[in-house]
Amino acid sequence: MKKLIILGAGTAGTMMLNKLYHELDQNEWELTIVDQSKEHYYQPGFLFIPFGIYKKKDVIKPKYNFFPPGVNVIFSPIDRVEGENNKVYLENGQTLDYDFLIIATGTQTRPSETPGLQDKLWYKDIFDFYTLEGALKLHDKLKEWEGGDLIMCIPELPYKCPVAPIEFVCLADDYFTKAGIRDKVNIKYATLMSGAFTKPIASKMLGDMLAEKNIEIIPDFYLESVDNDAKKIISYDGREVDFDLLTIVPVNMGSDMIARSGLGDDMNYVKIDKQTLQSVHFDNIFAIGDAGNLPTSKAGSVAHFSGEILFENILAAIDGRELKAKFDGHANCYIESGKGKATLIDFNYDTEPLPGEYPLPGIGPFSLLKETKMNHYGKLIFRWIYWHMLLKGKELPVEANMSMVGKKVS
Amino acid sequence: MPVKTIAGKEINVTEEGYLEDMNQWNEDVAKAIASELNIDLTDKHFEVLNFLREKAKNGETLTIRQVGKSGIVDIKEFYKLFPKGPMKFASKIAGLPKPTSCV
Repeated sequence: MKKLIILGAGTAGTMMLNKLYHELDQNEWELTIVDQSKEHYYQPGFLFIPFGIYKKKDVIKPKYNFFPPGVNVIFSPIDRVEGENNKVYLENGQTLDYDFLIIATGTQTRPSETPGLQDKLWYKDIFDFYTLEGALKLHDKLKEWEGGDLIMCIPELPYKCPVAPIEFVCLADDYFTKAGIRDKVNIKYATLMSGAFTKPIASKMLGDMLAEKNIEIIPDFYLESVDNDAKKIISYDGREVDFDLLTIVPVNMGSDMIARSGLGDDMNYVKIDKQTLQSVHFDNIFAIGDAGNLPTSKAGSVAHFSGEILFENILAAIDGRELKAKFDGHANCYIESGKGKATLIDFNYDTEPLPGEYPLPGIGPFSLLKETKMNHYGKLIFRWIYWHMLLKGKELPVEANMSMVGKKVS
Repeated sequence: MPVKTIAGKEINVTEEGYLEDMNQWNEDVAKAIASELNIDLTDKHFEVLNFLREKAKNGETLTIRQVGKSGIVDIKEFYKLFPKGPMKFASKIAGLPKPTSCV
């Protein structure tokens, strides 16, 4: 029997398992998936929890629901990969051999990287919403909060779901307006970027949207530390911003297992070819999803689109053929903007987000870089698509690589 | 593509003044770009610039945090050497492309 192992049973790993299960001959291939946790989180839903739109039960299902029959499932933390000998060492003491390995261990928040962040105000006046625990505790806080300075801070790139902090402040604006205390809340957006987003056209559109909602952007703010006593965040160039409530995207890093295996960059992201997704060190190792060092967004859409490419390339590698499928960095993000509307961006390594319609020109039904109710419905219906189609590896009616069809170039 | 005379040399630059070709760079070019940004280059500056150029030759792009772990400067010192936008200014002076953040 030949062996294929997937490390990580999140969005990307589960999706790849299902795709490969249906393609590979089960008399020839033994498939194994390893993860440390038994619960699958619908992470795009975390954003809605602080505002009471989603509850805990809306974002959790058992991982077992999504594994096809007959695959080996191992729940254990991973110690390391030994690429030279095609071995994976698990913390439960098991050693696994493989012919092909897919690393899908994702990215994690590291609040400990910022001095003062995980101190006495952590989960009292300082929250993240990238973990279920943080999102739930922030929900409890918002229920009783009476107003003041709400600071959303982005201290480092890259981080998972680059548009989530923008969505958060838009939903906060909506939430406090409905609660009748918007006039008592100052919402500020402190970011290490030079604007609301990195790429010029989207940055302008999203910047204008925040300005309309009376949300102040504090650009080029590279966070050094948090002062818990004075309730200030301090940047490396000495600027200080007061907060009453701080919401933050903690520094993101890949799994320490990647560092122990010698497969990653300084941030523990697996070094891979940005088109073929193959490890730069070993031909039989690939990475997908947030675990890789692709120069594009860390987002579910990227995992999905690059999954199509990885699927073709794994099959080619198994047959000893050239890796012909090339990923273009395609990302597609719905941006919840409050008041029942959302906007949408679609882009890749070379093309920045542009206005237009998606996926069909003149028809849409979704509009790019424009706030519409239809985009909001797209975002909500995605949860159903995620559980019932995406994780199960079913094909969705959109292209893996980005299309210029429907986009307006000025 | 604009051509600019920097330190007596004809050099291809982008609209924002970043060098198109890192091989057209030398120390005088660095000093000239730095003086436009009101930065006087010291040996420490050059250590950082050479580190960035070395990494760029290997195809690596860096973040401020990674420069802070280089052993040459910590992040605070990096800000002192290249105030306001250390990565942007250091890249420009080092003759490298404008740093892109991959969001």
